[in-house]
Amino acid sequence: MAILVNANTRVITQGITGKSGEFHTKLSHEYAPRFVGGVVPGKGGSKAVLDLPIFDTVAEAKERAQANASMIFVPPPFAADAILEAIEAEIELIICITEGIPVLDMIAVKRALERSKSRLIGPNCPGVITPGQCKIGIMPGHIHKVGKAGIVSKSGTLTYEAVGQTTAMGIGQSTCIGIGGDPIIGTKYIDILTLFEQDPQTEGIILIGEIGGDAEIQAAKFIKEHVTKPVAAFIAGQTAPKGKRMGHAGAIVSGGSGTAAEKMAALEEAGCVVAKSPADIAASLKIAMERKGKR
Amino acid sequence: MDIHEYQAKQLFKQNGIPVPEGYLATNPLEAEFAMRRLGTEIAVVKAHVHAGGRGKGGGVKLAKSPEEAAKLAKEMIGMTLVTHQTGPEGKKVHKVYVEAGSKIVKEYYLALVLDRETAGIGFMFSTSGGMDIEEVAHNTPEKIVYISVYPTTGLHAHHIREICFRAKLPPAEQKEITPILKNLYKMFLKHDYSMLEINPLIINDQGKMFVLDGKMNFDDNALYRQKDIEVMRDFMEEDVREVQASKYGLSYIGLDGNIGCLVNGAGLAMATMDIIQFSGGTPANFLDVGGGANQETVTNAFKILLSDSNVKGIFVNIFGGIMRCDVIANGIVAAAKELGLRIPMVVRLEGTNVEEGKAILKGSGLDLYAASDMADGAKKIVEMVKKK
Repeated sequence: MAILVNANTRVITQGITGKSGEFHTKLSHEYAPRFVGGVVPGKGGSKAVLDLPIFDTVAEAKERAQANASMIFVPPPFAADAILEAIEAEIELIICITEGIPVLDMIAVKRALERSKSRLIGPNCPGVITPGQCKIGIMPGHIHKVGKAGIVSKSGTLTYEAVGQTTAMGIGQSTCIGIGGDPIIGTKYIDILTLFEQDPQTEGIILIGEIGGDAEIQAAKFIKEHVTKPVAAFIAGQTAPKGKRMGHAGAIVSGGSGTAAEKMAALEEAGCVVAKSPADIAASLKIAMERKGKR
Repeated sequence: MDIHEYQAKQLFKQNGIPVPEGYLATNPLEAEFAMRRLGTEIAVVKAHVHAGGRGKGGGVKLAKSPEEAAKLAKEMIGMTLVTHQTGPEGKKVHKVYVEAGSKIVKEYYLALVLDRETAGIGFMFSTSGGMDIEEVAHNTPEKIVYISVYPTTGLHAHHIREICFRAKLPPAEQKEITPILKNLYKMFLKHDYSMLEINPLIINDQGKMFVLDGKMNFDDNALYRQKDIEVMRDFMEEDVREVQASKYGLSYIGLDGNIGCLVNGAGLAMATMDIIQFSGGTPANFLDVGGGANQETVTNAFKILLSDSNVKGIFVNIFGGIMRCDVIANGIVAAAKELGLRIPMVVRLEGTNVEEGKAILKGSGLDLYAASDMADGAKKIVEMVKKK
């Protein structure tokens, strides 16, 4: 089962001829052949990497290649426009990898999403993978293993860390989603938690967060009321100083709120097993699964 | 990016928001002339550094004559100002701002912020201005009026009425604040702010509203389309290594510890800082080399780490995704050969091309410890640094 993407997903890459777009389309398609084309305005009719057809518009790609998902690698100044184009073409799943989109641009995108048929993952995220079925994004495919942990994270490399640990422990993953570290993102923890809760393949959930904002606090409230599956969590930036932005635009402790400590306390209160060390993420999930099993 | 108060005041003025008259001075003579030009009985001399809490730190003083303004400027320029926002090392003052003194009758607080939750622009207003707004929010939340405005539909008269009525502003003040709210909103959209704060917004003895102090934060991602703002950046106010790092496309934040960290990805970089502390050590920095780094970027990252004399050991923690382990390994070897490595180093490699990466490190003959995982690496580097 898994969530969001599977063996029936038909993906296009917006910005397929750019260096990163081309490279990651190739790697993703080699992992699982789900790519059906790309969009580059003005290059329609020609061929891209792996002989994939290029279309001028997303609407055309949808109609002619029956695409239902899009991976976006368009540069920051044009990325919001690319997302809006995909929304208007009613692409079901839009995954925006691009980092550095102005936040006012994302405000407009967020409004457009509310009245649409699309789901946006990202921006500034590693993408989504359902091991063995479909990989859309920049994560290294080979570290994954088909299994039962659903992983949702704001951070790219920390997701890989959790994947590596769950693979080593033999738990494996159902689907892994990087929701992105920007202040305004298309899909929140809560949306993904809802999907994992309903997905039969997912037997346990790993939530990885970081300092800044209050998305993890909201997730904790949601878990307490609506999630019956075992949840393990990790929050990065426990030792981060106040007022310093840690890489991600959203990762900043401002005015004493958004600290790791308050997020960890909220998640613990909601019944999650919270790993203090990033080395214990999978071990925490194991504890969470055993605890639920005993009840 | 942060800018200075005088620059912020220029921006307010250009956008139709009233500010007191003021001039910038880099020496006592300029300060004296500035006050003569103002022609007011009282002027405020303010030390210009990128930090709040200047008043408490002795960086804001009143002058009753041009001579006194010169004297205050002499005292302030060159001094190191320590406030709760500068950290214990403080910030050196290079210039002062001499501003006409205002007769303050009331002090209000007004801020526009990006609202992550609603994906709108939040207006925050309080009649309890002049003090720490976080304290107001904590102790008397009922004194803060908050509304969210959506740029797709824009700011309308009803938004302004709501702020005024909920804050119980008298009609004369409603009239004063209306253009300020409208212009601030326009300004927010025009310059891509992430925060625009006025504290205090004052009413003087003539019943006029003025911005007495303001703080602005810009969305760094939008600077490419804000050239007028970008030129206001003052590199003297920023950490030399942070500026250097940003030129190489690295995200670097200097910290107080002695273990230099080189990591890919912001989340993993934060987690690496955390695990070093849990293992009994202290990180010297946050450093994310990003996904697009090449051998040269890695070498430059090393140079920045080694230029910090506090650094007594290095922990490289890489989980390769876009970033390939062999590229990192080549960068490490090149940097170590070029710069000479005299301090302990622990390297943890995982992910894309990990075997190639490990082979390169092994074949280089470098004296380093190859960690089996993150926890092992953190433990080892803390041990090695303590032994030295």
